[in-house]
Amino acid sequence: MKFSTILPGVLLLGICFSPLCWQISLAETPEEKGLAIIMEVERRDQGFGDLVTDMVMILRNRNGQESRREVTNKVLEKKGDGDKSLSVFHTPRDIRGTALLTFSHKSGDDEQWLYLPALKRVKRINSRNKSGSFVGSEFSYEDISSQEIEEYTYKYLRDEELDGHACTVSEYYPVDAENSGYSRQMVWRDKDEYRIQKVDFYDRKNSLLKTLTMKGYKQYEGKYWRAGEMHMMNHQSGKSTVLLYSTYRFHTGLTDNDFNKNSLKRAR
Amino acid sequence: MQITSRRKKYSRFALITAATPLVFLFLLFHLSAFGVELAGNIVLEGRYFAEEPQYPAQQEHNASVVLEPELYHSFTDGSSVLLKPFVRLDSNADERTHWDIREASFIYPAEDWELQIGISKVFWGATEFVHLVDIINQTDSVEDFTGEEKLGQPMLHLTVPQKQGMIEAFVLPWFRERTFPGEKDRLRSDPIIDTNLSQYESAAEQSHLDFALRYSHTFSNADLGLYHFNGTSREPNLLLGGDMRHPVLFPSYHQIGQTGLDVQMAAGDWLLKGEALYRTGQGRSFAAAVCGFEYTFYGIYESGADLGIIGEYVFDDRADKSLTVVNNDVIGGFRLALNDAAGTEILAGLMKDVEFSTYMFSVEADRRFGEHLKLHMEALFFFDAAEQDAVLPFEQDSQLTVELQYFF
Repeated sequence: MKFSTILPGVLLLGICFSPLCWQISLAETPEEKGLAIIMEVERRDQGFGDLVTDMVMILRNRNGQESRREVTNKVLEKKGDGDKSLSVFHTPRDIRGTALLTFSHKSGDDEQWLYLPALKRVKRINSRNKSGSFVGSEFSYEDISSQEIEEYTYKYLRDEELDGHACTVSEYYPVDAENSGYSRQMVWRDKDEYRIQKVDFYDRKNSLLKTLTMKGYKQYEGKYWRAGEMHMMNHQSGKSTVLLYSTYRFHTGLTDNDFNKNSLKRAR
Repeated sequence: MQITSRRKKYSRFALITAATPLVFLFLLFHLSAFGVELAGNIVLEGRYFAEEPQYPAQQEHNASVVLEPELYHSFTDGSSVLLKPFVRLDSNADERTHWDIREASFIYPAEDWELQIGISKVFWGATEFVHLVDIINQTDSVEDFTGEEKLGQPMLHLTVPQKQGMIEAFVLPWFRERTFPGEKDRLRSDPIIDTNLSQYESAAEQSHLDFALRYSHTFSNADLGLYHFNGTSREPNLLLGGDMRHPVLFPSYHQIGQTGLDVQMAAGDWLLKGEALYRTGQGRSFAAAVCGFEYTFYGIYESGADLGIIGEYVFDDRADKSLTVVNNDVIGGFRLALNDAAGTEILAGLMKDVEFSTYMFSVEADRRFGEHLKLHMEALFFFDAAEQDAVLPFEQDSQLTVELQYFF
């Protein structure tokens, strides 16, 4: 009885909306839709100001042996350009106080400095090649650095359900293909909040290299979604790395003076 | 008699070696209850020399223990205190057995400036193998032949970030004398340098007030630093003293003015580096410069390892070539970083004097074991030391150092 009344309604709705949907998909190529998704992601994440996080990185080799690194990350949002970030290591103890300062840019090379506390020395380091491992982990500099829209081109592939989330699946292609470790990344984002659920990384020969899964999302300041866990599995080496985030503090009042070469020296 | 006293000396050395770190650690752990952060490292070191000593008094090999704890406390207003003593106990019990306060400073960061008061360390420079312009801290040359280790320097250090760049001003109220190896130590000069006979141009001697002003800035892909220093030269002239039977060298410290420049530039996979200085007041005014590059091959042979090729050239226009080891030298080297969980890294360099036959080869390697232990190995070789070259007394001191470092 109920069915008979609802079903025609649904059908009617479907008929009303289908020309509209048809028009949207006509107007929007997969590339445009891919870009539209990432622009919405950026719009939702704007205005975070600055962010301080504490992270534990657990590296596992093929035999399951673990090693840990504890890192504090600070990020300063820059309008009109890439963000500034500062990572300071607490463990392992021999690299305690070692700090990495990065100014990412929307176009051109990022700027990067490494601070070595034993020598009190700030060294400029090359940042063009992003495919290298970040402190021996399965995350590369590319994976860990702030990602700017301009660094990739995008293509929407399909809708797909993943672990109970209705997701869009898009592909990202690096603009600076020569210095990226990937030919493409396949990214699953949930449709509710545009959060990354999973990423498949394909190496330069286009075979599956790594898979990243993001878990334990929480919303901060009523707006910003951040994952509590990131699991990176390297399918080719059998090694994996887990990032566990214990704190996210937004709007802590950081300024440019907390992200210069002098601040590296007192970073702890 | 001789034997017993020697044994006594050694057993006392062993006792001190064992007891000092334990007492220190015991005291420090109790401080941590008051929110004081404790870190640092203990190092066991063995040095093996490939050849017999050149001079009769020198010991053949040596072993030592280094303790370098660090106490840190930060206050709610952002200011902080740091204390970092250093002690080395060496089996030869000569000048290499020494202690220092590497740091004992208070940092106060205000909104648009930062003040540091106390003993601290400041590094200026860009190149890998040669450090020309670095001047604030005195070199602890009993610690390290290459001059990388520094003594703590008392200072008042004001940092004022500008819209364009950063200005730093230094007032240095106390001069630290350079350390030199003793008679029994390897890698020493001949005759030995007697630091008890140090002379100063200034009547104020060690309490001469030194100043430095530095401007540094980042121009997109280049970092530039320019400074002027006015005060006691960190590098002494060595004069011959003593008598005919016991000649010694003694350090003579001049009042100098030194302008220095350091540049680092990133260009793709290249890093370009340069340092230059101009010094007045220590004999004829002179200039010295070093320029170099590092080119990196990333992910070599599809591994995660990076290989950096390093080339440097240093020139010093002082006529007397005995004043400095590096005066007209070319250096070629590499850095291999495996980018593995153990942080394995190797750095090697071959230094060749352009005019003399002298070669110097150094290689160092590091690898972490577990969360707290690290193995550090260092080798230094001298070949064909020329008569006129400052490295001549070290000719038979080619050596291998193995360090087991424990970090806490």
